[in-house]
Amino acid sequence: MALPGERVRVSRLIRTLESEKLLATALLTPGVVILALFIAYPFVMALWFSLTSIRVGDVGEFVGLANFAKAWSDTIFQTAFKNTVFYTFWATVFKFSLGMWLALLLNRHFRFKRLIRASMLLPFIVPTVLSAFAWRWMFDPTFSVMNWVLFHSGLITDRLPFLSDGDWAMWCAVLVNTWRGMPFFAITLLAGLQTISPDLHEAAALDGASGWHRFWHVTWPLLLPVTLVVVVFSVIQTFSDFQLIYVLTGGGPANSTHLIATYAYQVGVASGLLGEGAALSLFMFPVLFAVVWFQLRYMKRIEGA
Amino acid sequence: MLIERKWKKWVTFYLPMAVFIVFTLFPFYWMAVTALRPDAELYRTWRQASATPFWTLEPTLEHFKGLLQTTAFPHWLWNTMLIAIVSTVISLICGMFAGYALARLKFRGSEFLGTAIFITYLVPQTLLFIPLADIIRDMHLGNTPWALMLTYPTFLIPFCTWLLMGYFKTIPKELEECARIDGATRFGAMVRIIFPVAVPGILSAGIFAFTLSWNEFIYALIFMSSAELKTVPVGVVSELIRGDIFYWGQLMAGALLGSVPVALVYSFFVEYYVTGLTGSVKG
Repeated sequence: MALPGERVRVSRLIRTLESEKLLATALLTPGVVILALFIAYPFVMALWFSLTSIRVGDVGEFVGLANFAKAWSDTIFQTAFKNTVFYTFWATVFKFSLGMWLALLLNRHFRFKRLIRASMLLPFIVPTVLSAFAWRWMFDPTFSVMNWVLFHSGLITDRLPFLSDGDWAMWCAVLVNTWRGMPFFAITLLAGLQTISPDLHEAAALDGASGWHRFWHVTWPLLLPVTLVVVVFSVIQTFSDFQLIYVLTGGGPANSTHLIATYAYQVGVASGLLGEGAALSLFMFPVLFAVVWFQLRYMKRIEGA
Repeated sequence: MLIERKWKKWVTFYLPMAVFIVFTLFPFYWMAVTALRPDAELYRTWRQASATPFWTLEPTLEHFKGLLQTTAFPHWLWNTMLIAIVSTVISLICGMFAGYALARLKFRGSEFLGTAIFITYLVPQTLLFIPLADIIRDMHLGNTPWALMLTYPTFLIPFCTWLLMGYFKTIPKELEECARIDGATRFGAMVRIIFPVAVPGILSAGIFAFTLSWNEFIYALIFMSSAELKTVPVGVVSELIRGDIFYWGQLMAGALLGSVPVALVYSFFVEYYVTGLTGSVKG
């Protein structure tokens, strides 16, 4: 039994929560506190760090934009930036086109459909680091199963330098990223496809539209909204990727496969140059900001329409 | 449906489908074969004629045994599980509350807060990890599970909030109003009427959040330093490569065992997961 005083306090609390404004404040506080503490505050700190020469064990001093200027003229960073754009662009192109194809296939009727659809998502479920190790093992210079297959089927006479050559390694990273992200595209696009009424296709078919025409004039316009959102999410994830390169190449050989994030890690964490590392990370910000801004604008337009 | 000729269906459907299936699943198959293959067979170079490259005639459990007995793998599995569950629960509670407030309550700044939460949804972990490591150290959370239990919600809360906000909006207002007329408080109506109706949405958000936390890497890599406190992805990366030597048998055994729990959770709740996944991109 609650004591009378306590009961009064509880009922007062309940009455207070009847006010929409106070209830909203109470409900939003826990989430907002966590987000403010671990996203907004570190963001401000990142800005501050990037303007100082802070390193592990030394608070450093204000250096203005020196860290950004240094990064800008750093050839490893230039490579990392180019790699990040290359990786994001090609991986997104492949994820989208293969994902769309897979979605169209999965949208048909066939046996074991549920099982196949479920297993197609596995690359997306399994921790990236773990599956990237499986790929690294398949790309291994001495024991690569792919070299084995190509050699014994007579397609190559010498091994392919999957991860030991910078250009090859970037394409390998694109391949693994595509492998991992394609199911996300396929399943979300499939969900979009399933909302399209079959009547529309039948009507178009009766009018004599071919398969390609039906896709281009009926399916595609209706899929465009979900496609845009999926691409935005994927671009953000790919542009800021870290794990895949960290496991596949670690940025090597000779720093030729770094992404912005892996290079920022190498400078900021492995070498302890916190200020320079924070500045490197922040180079991702303008691109991410542009993408998010575009997304918000688009959402507003949809809501307004 | 148009009637297709048989060969046409083979070319346009069965063949591409088969290629997709092989492409998607081969790495997992290769993980399993490697984990079961004895070392003597494992290290045959790419030029050597191997009798059975795609399977093994002498499967062995020595890699699994080595992994479970000589490394802290069981600890990593337990840590990952615990951290994923706690951060999912924290995020679900915050997400349910915030989602309800944004979907149902009228207050000044609700639109601004909604947008702000959506923006945090799109902030990647790799943008903030350097100052965040400092903050975690200052709060004396470094190298404790709480470092991850409190930071994982930063990417889970926005997602849970958005998914559940959308879900709450689909629940008719009348349901709540009836309860309020019967004397329920606003808070009571939320907990006893809205939340139970929203269980499928909550489950979707929870399953998706669980797989995301299981997958997280960079925070775990930076915040945890003791071998026994690591999560599976970090432990596998940092403890199974000794010096320059990759113990591929153990690595693949670890990759396999580390994927099984999350794959199991997924397989039991495929439909909820898919709802969470597709809901995660709906504005």
